[in-house]
Amino acid sequence: MNGLSKALAPCSPARERGDGCLSESRCSRSGLLFQPRRTVISLINSVTAVVAVCVAAHAHAGGLAVLGGKVHTQAGPVIENGVVLIEDGRITAVGAQSEIAVPEGWEKLTAAVVTPGLVDAHSTVGLAGALNQAKGDKDELDKTEAIQPGLRAIDAFNARDPLVAWVRGFGVTTVHASPAAGSLIPGQTFVVKTTGRGADADALVPSAMVATSLGSPVLETERKAPTTRSKAAAMLRAEFIKAREYEEKRSRDDDKKPAFNINLEVLAAVLRGDIPLLFTANRHHDILTALRLKEEFGFKLILTGAAEASTVIDDIRAAGIAVIVHPTMARPFGDRENVSMETAAKLRAAGIPIALQSGYEGYVPRTRVLLFEAAIAAARGLGQEAALSAITIDAARLIGVADRVGSLEKGKDADLALYDGDPFEYTTHCTNVVINGEVFPGEPRE
Amino acid sequence: MRVNPFALRRACLLVALCGAPAALLHSQENPIAFTGARIETASTPPIGDGVLVIQGGKILAVGPAGSVAIPEGAEVRDVAGSVIMPGIVDTHSHLGGTMNERSGPVQAELRVLDSLDPRDGAFRRALAGGITSVNVMPGSGNVIGGQTIYLKLRRSVDVGDLYIRDADGRPTGGLKMANGTNPIGTAPYPTTRAKTAAIARTEFIKAREYAEKIARAGDDASKLPPRDLSLETLAEVLAGKRVVHHHTHRQDDILTVLRLKEEFGFKVVLQHVSDAWIVADEIARAGVPCSIINVDSPGGKLETMDLSWKSAAVLEKAGVLVAFHTDDPIIDSRFFLRSAALGVRAGMSRDAALRALTINPARMMDLGDRLGSIEPGKDADLVILNGDPFSVYTQVQETWVEGRPVFDISIPEDRKYAFGGDGAGARGPAHLCCFGDSEGGVE
Repeated sequence: MNGLSKALAPCSPARERGDGCLSESRCSRSGLLFQPRRTVISLINSVTAVVAVCVAAHAHAGGLAVLGGKVHTQAGPVIENGVVLIEDGRITAVGAQSEIAVPEGWEKLTAAVVTPGLVDAHSTVGLAGALNQAKGDKDELDKTEAIQPGLRAIDAFNARDPLVAWVRGFGVTTVHASPAAGSLIPGQTFVVKTTGRGADADALVPSAMVATSLGSPVLETERKAPTTRSKAAAMLRAEFIKAREYEEKRSRDDDKKPAFNINLEVLAAVLRGDIPLLFTANRHHDILTALRLKEEFGFKLILTGAAEASTVIDDIRAAGIAVIVHPTMARPFGDRENVSMETAAKLRAAGIPIALQSGYEGYVPRTRVLLFEAAIAAARGLGQEAALSAITIDAARLIGVADRVGSLEKGKDADLALYDGDPFEYTTHCTNVVINGEVFPGEPRE
Repeated sequence: MRVNPFALRRACLLVALCGAPAALLHSQENPIAFTGARIETASTPPIGDGVLVIQGGKILAVGPAGSVAIPEGAEVRDVAGSVIMPGIVDTHSHLGGTMNERSGPVQAELRVLDSLDPRDGAFRRALAGGITSVNVMPGSGNVIGGQTIYLKLRRSVDVGDLYIRDADGRPTGGLKMANGTNPIGTAPYPTTRAKTAAIARTEFIKAREYAEKIARAGDDASKLPPRDLSLETLAEVLAGKRVVHHHTHRQDDILTVLRLKEEFGFKVVLQHVSDAWIVADEIARAGVPCSIINVDSPGGKLETMDLSWKSAAVLEKAGVLVAFHTDDPIIDSRFFLRSAALGVRAGMSRDAALRALTINPARMMDLGDRLGSIEPGKDADLVILNGDPFSVYTQVQETWVEGRPVFDISIPEDRKYAFGGDGAGARGPAHLCCFGDSEGGVE
């Protein structure tokens, strides 16, 4: 049995019990799947309710206690010899072992270091499949049209792709899954946990943001627009103007009301501020174009990639936006030729909210591992605490799920990562992962 | 004469920037003694408080403090708290641009050296990663991809200044071959694995006959066959003068390489060997070395789904000679130490992992008697680190090639190549087999 199949194997009865929940939540949520006029907040609330029911129906008989030599809560100081108590998929207590007793009969997990489950603020895992085969599992990008906001990541996400289990094995419990940044608007993102049950059962936010991109990867070579940056921007502007007019006309109650348009509905929600853009721009001038469009249309924007962000720090700060910084080990080619391992540290020092990401890879590694990208950032100026926050609570805030995940606090989802040493050290191992109170194996070992 | 090392380094940098060939640089005649460092020699147990003396581009002496005489007049550099290890050797890299000739599956006459640009920033980034010797290879899109070149990363704009030459002054290198999915395509490329192997066999049989004709001709030039650059190269392989570096991933493809080696008796290094952990015993029995790559996740292509970081540990236990490689740009050369650390993470011993970056790859390139370890008489190729080579918090401080400093983190230009920033990357997209336009969203 190889490492991957081992990582895929269920490891606790709780996981099997979860299967019944799958169909239940599918039924409960079927009415939600496309209702663009609902706000993101109401979507979050609805899903929260569904997940809560789901977990309650399949609770542990007893609880789970996770004991750590160091417990990084990301909601306060590190707790030496700490404990996290878990019941019904939620955290019920966090503190020092000397102050919190573990009830008798509870299952116990112990590790040198315990952190919140890691939150990957921008990934293509589950969409960009491990095999990387067209018509097989290569579902990260549809190039038939340059602008397709109607496409949803949730409809392509393969929760059982081996790479979902792979990243979970290193502590990643929540992923902001996005189409790849290879066309102007490749579709909607969603936020999903990594239990591997299914896109619906694992969804935290079924439609989180609208992926949008500028730069060389969106440019075509001939006869298909856009072939230049000016055209790319013009196409985006034209589409948003169309969406604005559509929105105005849709409110009419006469025969001039336009027919439903799956793409313009989504962009109208963007213009209302109901859903932000996850805007990929790496070159400094692409970043500035993104800010210019934000200025014109007033949409909410989260910048991602941003390889040259440190050259336009003042503009980014003035725009009041957050940045999901490129993978720290991104290869210095193409639009990312000037990428720096110190981008995250520089932006954070300038007071710009940041998170880190695994991003997208078209070849190998088919997915980067968030933990490893954060480790390099930690060692190259960001520091351990800030790097850990950038892959937990700060990431959760940035993608709008901090009420559920990202820190170890009473009432939050019981998502934890356990390590046998400093999580960022090359030779440390992730020994276990907990999601909604359910225990999964850590990284593949012999 | 005592030399201010910092001034000397700056002088070298300036000269190199001005484009002067390495041969014109100040030769290192004055001995330099490094004291106080932990020295990982890769040939002996580590020396806790070591003394290392270099002169004339070679290692003069190494040993524990007190056991090594520091020559009179030597420049003494106190590097207490540092770790010194041999310059890192990479058996598989694509520094400086590479090639995948797409006109046919057999390209033995091609020399990758004719397509390299030593001004490419990748060379500077490799030095920032502590790499001093490299086997630069053609891509894996052909059954026989061409001649590889073994380079020492001296600072020069002329590739000719970078060659590692043999005793007769000729540039050294191997032959790139590949099987599995990469060389498979549409005609004239093979469409199956069986055809891939048949093409390789056919070429080697032709080369054997070519060599026999030459041998039979003796001194009679009229009986010599017309010179054939491709067969001439393959004949060198058959004569054991040129090592085959064979791209291979899946366990059955690995065994196919062993079968070819058995038939033709060439020297081969298995490259990538993703399924090595599955067929480690077979590899050990064949006595074939493995150079492996540790990428951050399996997959990306069909034949690497079972890639596991435990391969290095499994091969170590099986008694196989193991090295790591970057396949730069697949692994950025600045993260090469990390590749070996992932091997340690998956069970390899630290000593073996260190050798897998230094002396083992040197041996795979038939250069083990000249470089790859810190021993008297060998090239003074060194890496000075500020801590454990396998810690994420460690940074290469200095890299030395043949007694000359070629990277120094305290010099802003060098630091830029180490961490990135404006001008540190490639002018244009990555190429090779790996980042094609089919990838759409490649950033």
